[in-house]
Amino acid sequence: MSTRAYNFAYLDEQTKRMIRRAILKAIAIPGYQVPFASREMPMPYGWGTGGVQVTASILGPDDVLKVIDQGADDTTNAVSIRAFFVRTAGVRTTTDTSEATIIQTRHRVPETPLSEGQILVYQVPIPEPLRYLEPRETETRTMHALGEYGVMHVKLYEDISRHGHIATTYAYPARVAGRYIMDPSPIPKFDNPKLDDCPALQLFGAGREKRIYAIPPHTRVVPLDFEDHPFERTKFDSACALCGATDSYLDEVVTDDAGGRLFVCSDTDYCEKRQAAKRKDAAE
Amino acid sequence: MYVAVKGGERAIRNAHALLADRRRGNRDTPELTTAQIDEQLALAVDRVMSEGSLYDRGIAALAIKQARGDLIEAIFLVRAYRTTLPRFGFAEPIDTAAMTLSRRVSATYKDLPGGQVLGPTFDYSHRLIDFGLETEDAPAPTAPAATAASDAQGPSPRVTDLIARDDLIERELAPRPGAPVSDITRDALAFPAARDARLQNLARGDEGFLLSLAYSTQRGYGRTHPFVGEIRFGEAAVEMFIDDLGFAVSIGDIALTECQMVNQFTGGDGRPARFTRGYGLAFGQSERKAMSMALVDRALRADEFGEEHKGPAQDEEFVLSHSDNVQATGFVEHLKLPHYVDFQAELALLRQLRRDGGAVAEAAE
Amino acid sequence: MSAMAFADPAFESQAAFRAILRAIASPGAIEPCGRGLKPPSPLSPAAAAAILTLADFETPLWIAPSLAEWGEAAAYLKFHTGAPLAASPRDAAFALLDLERDSLDLKSFAQGAPDYPDRSTTVVAETRSLARRPMMRISGPGVRGMAEIEFGPTPGDFLSQWEANRSTFPLGVDLILAHGAEVAVLPRSVRVTGGE
Repeated sequence: MSTRAYNFAYLDEQTKRMIRRAILKAIAIPGYQVPFASREMPMPYGWGTGGVQVTASILGPDDVLKVIDQGADDTTNAVSIRAFFVRTAGVRTTTDTSEATIIQTRHRVPETPLSEGQILVYQVPIPEPLRYLEPRETETRTMHALGEYGVMHVKLYEDISRHGHIATTYAYPARVAGRYIMDPSPIPKFDNPKLDDCPALQLFGAGREKRIYAIPPHTRVVPLDFEDHPFERTKFDSACALCGATDSYLDEVVTDDAGGRLFVCSDTDYCEKRQAAKRKDAAE
Repeated sequence: MYVAVKGGERAIRNAHALLADRRRGNRDTPELTTAQIDEQLALAVDRVMSEGSLYDRGIAALAIKQARGDLIEAIFLVRAYRTTLPRFGFAEPIDTAAMTLSRRVSATYKDLPGGQVLGPTFDYSHRLIDFGLETEDAPAPTAPAATAASDAQGPSPRVTDLIARDDLIERELAPRPGAPVSDITRDALAFPAARDARLQNLARGDEGFLLSLAYSTQRGYGRTHPFVGEIRFGEAAVEMFIDDLGFAVSIGDIALTECQMVNQFTGGDGRPARFTRGYGLAFGQSERKAMSMALVDRALRADEFGEEHKGPAQDEEFVLSHSDNVQATGFVEHLKLPHYVDFQAELALLRQLRRDGGAVAEAAE
Repeated sequence: MSAMAFADPAFESQAAFRAILRAIASPGAIEPCGRGLKPPSPLSPAAAAAILTLADFETPLWIAPSLAEWGEAAAYLKFHTGAPLAASPRDAAFALLDLERDSLDLKSFAQGAPDYPDRSTTVVAETRSLARRPMMRISGPGVRGMAEIEFGPTPGDFLSQWEANRSTFPLGVDLILAHGAEVAVLPRSVRVTGGE
């Protein structure tokens, strides 16, 4: 395929300016979904066009970029997005969570705690936490304007009365800085506690739905719950079969058709670092 | 011991190589040229230009070739290319009354100035497979002489303009010169949408989606009593106002299909009864698209005319949010991307519910 | 145009944007912005960089009287951004003023609407001093515990104006403070109180 000369990080400067303005508003109004004029990207909607536009608008030549999907650096779409930025921006990439200045992610927050100055960019399919309760934008916009979120509590309460539990396991809604309720993107609720008081800046990009929102560093992010049914983080009974971690989110791998299965870390960087440390310990 | 799956990069490279191979197909068959697609699959090119919202036959033909004939994929290619093009400004409104017509039919008048011109249409073809087209050396068809209606028959005023002379149809007010024009590719759509934004959305909308919605209005889900005032297909001049010159200059001609529906009248409360309109416009020749668009445009005006909502075609937010096939195919198809993490979260909850449920059942025994 | 704008817009505006991004994400942080930029006086490199980075033909710009007097500064911003001049502060996406020579009235700018609080003015204010000193204390989103800031001249009623601005959250304006080639940002979400 022949590549004509595109601008640094693909987007033209006017588009970057428009997205940058939206990002600043999103930080000033934590959790509020800022409409933006999302462009048609050379990858399909649903593949991370929102995250890619946000990353392209903030990325500079000195950045070190990490891209993960399902926690892993080597999933095909993560590989594809990383290759896109190598090709259009020539930036340095890494799989090392601590080394990255920008991490674009789909569905996970890395296990390694993030630090000041890092930016986590989430790919978001449906930015509106109320969308499955009220499909109309005209209605949900009013609910946000009034801070009227009763419908969300009703839904969670119905879960409890039917199942004995809140039946939301991912994209678990949270209240940001005491005001807006946001969809943290389809991360497992295991990751929700990492959003709270996080030292890194968190940006959320929804391309098809044309919305950007943000959580500034050190901001209160509280999962919705009830006093008698407090938010519970998913716990695993197993440890990672590769590194032995008991504190990480695990992927289930089916090993045969006779019920055989094992669990491995979804965060490949975290897992590999732990395996390397174990090998080093064993060698010493 | 279990080893995690690797090799995303190589897998992607191989997928692209395989795709290129399958696109080319059997090497004994001559490679398709974009000129052949442009000339002989012209209606596919028209659709890709319309829904790709870029009037460029060469790019559309190339996109169809690259997409192996998958038109939504081709539309996507054209859209992504279009985004990178510089913008010089807005054209002047096109004067479809002055089009050079290849086809013009009205379902409302038997005869009218300019006449009915059948032109190139499938309408009265018997749908019998033409085995004569199987061979490459079939004798070339000959076109009848003098097909351009305007040349032969003089001016062909728009039917809606004729009805408007008698004040029997609502007036279309020309926007004041210099008024801002919506651009749904540059601004996030907000509801309620202005009519220009709505028409842009429908013009880019998926032909199949609009067709089904239009059909639903005919079956009672928001009936609008439509008559095809006129469908015209032909070439229209595009003009741009050049500030430095102080006047508009023609920058080229484009092929268009325009459909003006004449619909159920309104009036009462002291206002005279008048027909209403629905409007459809598509690049190239696409009557199905233009007619569907006109029906849906009219259905979406239900609130304007105080009509009861009876079907999805009248629901602006529903229609405009779901009409775009590039968005729709992206979001539907993204389900094939990995969702291991969320699925695992659901599995864990399900297992917990089963355990709790089991405990409850045991306790009850 | 005698004064130069960004020599390499893609990279310089990216650097300026990241400075503003860090500053708004961590209110109280003072970030280098616009170094090497030589705008016509009386514009500071930081204020000029902020406007050049963020404004364009889609964002009406309001320039306060004291700066509008300097025809060259206004012409420079208009030429390099293409931003239309806003008729009034309330119509502005961005506003530029000087804290020493112009009065500050946060309520005079666009505050946004309850359903679109983002439709508000971002005010860029030239200052004579900007430092991390405990003259004022900042708390809220982006701030770990408490941050400190001192800028001057500070309008006498600044704290009460800011409290009024914050109390209407999510409505309100965001304030970019420029000094030389440095910026700090006070987003509408933070509380600012008197320090020592």
